[in-house]
Amino acid sequence: MDWLYILMPIAGVQIFWPGLIILGVGVGIIGGFFGMGGAWMVTPGLNILGFPMAFAIGTDIAHMAGKSLISTMRHGRFGNVDYKLGIIMLIGTVVGFELGAQMVMWLERIGSVEKTVRFLYLFLLSFISWLVFYDVFQKRKKEQAARAAGRPVDSTVGIEWHKTFHNIHIPPMIHLKTSGIYCSAWLPIAVSLLTGWLAGILGIGGGLIRMPALIYIIGCPTHVAVGTDLFEVMLSGLYGAATYTYKGRTELVAAIIMLVGASMGAQIGTVATKYIKGYTIRVAFGCAVVGCAVSIVLKLLASYLPGQKAILDGMSTVLVLGVVSALSLYIFVRMLRGARQEIAQRKASVRRVG
Amino acid sequence: MKRMSFRCCCGLLLLMVPGLALAAGGGEVAPLVIVADTRNTRGLMAFWGNLYNESHLYFTLLTVGLIPLIGILFGVIADFLMSRIGIDLKSREFSEH
Repeated sequence: MDWLYILMPIAGVQIFWPGLIILGVGVGIIGGFFGMGGAWMVTPGLNILGFPMAFAIGTDIAHMAGKSLISTMRHGRFGNVDYKLGIIMLIGTVVGFELGAQMVMWLERIGSVEKTVRFLYLFLLSFISWLVFYDVFQKRKKEQAARAAGRPVDSTVGIEWHKTFHNIHIPPMIHLKTSGIYCSAWLPIAVSLLTGWLAGILGIGGGLIRMPALIYIIGCPTHVAVGTDLFEVMLSGLYGAATYTYKGRTELVAAIIMLVGASMGAQIGTVATKYIKGYTIRVAFGCAVVGCAVSIVLKLLASYLPGQKAILDGMSTVLVLGVVSALSLYIFVRMLRGARQEIAQRKASVRRVG
Repeated sequence: MKRMSFRCCCGLLLLMVPGLALAAGGGEVAPLVIVADTRNTRGLMAFWGNLYNESHLYFTLLTVGLIPLIGILFGVIADFLMSRIGIDLKSREFSEH
């Protein structure tokens, strides 16, 4: 079975290449569907396959840049990418990220940076989970009230914080056509600065934070938030790949093999958004965030219980991979069902015309 | 001259934001010097390992150039395969709710 293993020329390790393709498919589906890079899923996966941690991060970033490019191409054709918003936000993301990175250096100097970061991460993930499910709860409540009053329920939304932010009229004002938003240019800049700063502190891509921020603060429709976030991940991923590669921590061969799977996965994830309503995407995203939060809790527990470290770390990895598999399967099934329905409808309409 | 100094400033600014590497999901990198062992590799793999050992700069330039190219190539292939299913890949009907 030697042919199932490939030697990585830089890291010098033999890797089970079908595992790389499977991992690529999984994160491609999830990334294309939710609009995030998914470093929290890929890094433990690569580690399990036998990559040293230093190479796992760099390789993950390299593959993420390529995967996000594929997803952005597809989302762009669906009209889900607000390029103007993405470019405006890039400025804030860069500055915010650097501020966050500097803050990490400062935290390192005063000690216990790891625990501080993990607790902040956990707090943030808990807040995002609460926000998503509270939004869904509010929407249901409004729908019930609308039904009772005999009003249509189609356009009911849960949280509408963005309306308050849109009332801030500090010039220059901008019109974001794709998102259908008219707001102060300072709003996306401030949001990207904040999300970039948080991502810099936490050492993550930021998709997990930026996607809900785009929805709840800027007011983007869910599909546009997903596409625009991927555009951001693509640009920052390319820069990240450059710096990590320069430090000698990227295994391009592995990234290419992962891209084979991720290219199909990204298509499946992106096309699935065509058949799934915005609020269903939000709920699935909330589940992914909960999975990520629980894995962080397990890692935190491992740092307090050194005797159980191996078991808790293992549980965390199993949980992350379990969440990835379950969500990928759900998205894949929904995509297949939607595609089948569309094809059946097309055939029926052709028959009618004939 | 002005344009040259502007470009230099932009280049320097870019060098000053290495933290953005983390923006793609990274963490701290261990300060290790790694040398690729190319004794057991041949052909393209040996070339790649040697390039890594000789110049990280060329290695980086090639990697950063190859990632989008390979991404586009695989994206176009996946696009083609997806279009064979017979679904509309240019528009979506679903909105927010």
